[in-house]
Amino acid sequence: MQKRAYYGLYIVIAILAVLPMVLPNSFYLDLAIRMAINAVIVLGLNLLIGFAGQISLGHAGFLGIGAYASAVLPTHFGWHPLLAMGAGAVATGLLAALVARPIFKLKGNYLAMATLGLGIILNIALRNEATWTGGPDGMPVPAFGLFGFELSNDKQWYWVVAILLSVSVWASLNLIDSPFGRALRALHGSEVASRVVGVDVVRYKVAIFVMSAVFASLMGSVTAHYVGFVTPNLADFFHSIELVTMVVIGGMASVYGSLVGAVLLTALPQALATFEGWETVVFGAILMICMIFLPKGLVPTLAAKFDKGDQA
Amino acid sequence: MLAQFLQFFFSGITVGATYALAALGFTLIYNASNVINFAQGEFIMLGGMLAVFFTQAGLPLPAALLLAILVPAVVGVLIEKLAIEPVKGAETVTLIIITIGASLVIRGLAAVIFGKGTHSLPAFSGDAPIEVLGATLMPQSLWVLGVTAVVVVVLWYFFTRTLTGKAMLATSYNRLAAELVGINTNGVLFMSFAMSAALGALGGILVTPITLTSYDAGIMLGLKGFVAAVLGGLGNGLGAVVGGLLVGLLESLGAGYLSSAYKDAIPFVLILFILFFMPRGLFGARVTDRV
Repeated sequence: MQKRAYYGLYIVIAILAVLPMVLPNSFYLDLAIRMAINAVIVLGLNLLIGFAGQISLGHAGFLGIGAYASAVLPTHFGWHPLLAMGAGAVATGLLAALVARPIFKLKGNYLAMATLGLGIILNIALRNEATWTGGPDGMPVPAFGLFGFELSNDKQWYWVVAILLSVSVWASLNLIDSPFGRALRALHGSEVASRVVGVDVVRYKVAIFVMSAVFASLMGSVTAHYVGFVTPNLADFFHSIELVTMVVIGGMASVYGSLVGAVLLTALPQALATFEGWETVVFGAILMICMIFLPKGLVPTLAAKFDKGDQA
Repeated sequence: MLAQFLQFFFSGITVGATYALAALGFTLIYNASNVINFAQGEFIMLGGMLAVFFTQAGLPLPAALLLAILVPAVVGVLIEKLAIEPVKGAETVTLIIITIGASLVIRGLAAVIFGKGTHSLPAFSGDAPIEVLGATLMPQSLWVLGVTAVVVVVLWYFFTRTLTGKAMLATSYNRLAAELVGINTNGVLFMSFAMSAALGALGGILVTPITLTSYDAGIMLGLKGFVAAVLGGLGNGLGAVVGGLLVGLLESLGAGYLSSAYKDAIPFVLILFILFFMPRGLFGARVTDRV
């Protein structure tokens, strides 16, 4: 089982390496970059939803903090982009920890409510503080450069996000297989049982939540620099829902499911463009149908089918 | 001073009454099934939109309003039958996402059918403002408050004096025990969704002449109704009403005295405070835990 999990990583790396050669034009390259960025965010979010059994309805807010840190700090204060990105991540981590500690002491799904509130407050702030953020219209983001080298074209960006994605997949697999990951899985199985064997439930849940929030913030910064422009839509409630949907459709607690979910849902709006005006309906219907008929998500369901086929 | 305060007070309790109706809707469904129905806001939007649609189609006002309540109730029942009942016992995350999916479908259909413009409904009994100690009160506000008060009384009567209502209450206390004494808990679930949708739609209809409506008006109204339900103590009917009025008041006073730009943020700041310092809300004694 474990070995097969790592075969998946090699396949991912192989696909990422070959992809730019087979993509017909820059439109698809752009799509691939956005898929990879979403995949990294979803990997982090899936650790929270799949392993801690908690749902965040404000992840786009964390993404927004990272994105706007990368836009505002270099533009208004002349910070180096890397420093700005780090500051965004630290701020996000602190905020997430601050919110999560009291919430996780409660039983039940209160994190959904708290993150929902937090995400909406952040979005309203981004829309209102127009002197800093450009308000609802958004603001441009300076290019990302390091050691005199500037990331300028899509090809370069592709390799950056491809490496980020590969590292994230590798890190996620390792994390799940580590004592930390085992504690998380125990937690999802039975909180009482894991407390009995000495797992500090609150601390683990806070750690995983902070980690997934920081993932989102960092990728928010990457998105901001890649697109070169940020708007508050990046941080709105609907985007949070989209991210949760990617996790759920791909498969909760499944690393490769996260990738599949991110790829499918990033491509979906392009595919739905032909349904002019019906996108929201189709999007909602897909969500419901997936949850009713594939509550475990695509990858785990297919994997179970495949395993059965093997044995027969 | 007083006039200004009264003005904020009037507008606060008026929207607050709508939040209260939405919060009651959340409470009904939560009690029957432990589902937090994120589509609740869409019923509010549907109520307002359908009322506009039916009156413009030439129906007399009472018939239009009745239909604008009945259609969302049918939609609520459909959601329950097609999407909630088949996945009974699923994880909370799954249920939340199903209701979010339902809300997207409703909102998307509304955008396709009614268009993306803003719609308004004429006030039920004219627009002549009533002067109260220097503040003005719109007649429609009285409609909102009056109908909400009647609904609360009717609900109280229903839950304490009728067999169906008592059966619903019993189910919310302990589903298994209710089933054992012969209560049709599926029927209770069905009733809850129908009533919840009808309450939301009613709120939407009443408030539309004041706030206008559009296909995407449901999200914020629904979320604020949800905050109201949590403030009152999720699962508590009285709490939902008090919570709704409080959220409306705080929002209106905050917008008036502090910052109107952050008006919409006030309920969400409130929900964070509630979760941090009094997670059971004002009246919630029951432990809200779903294992």
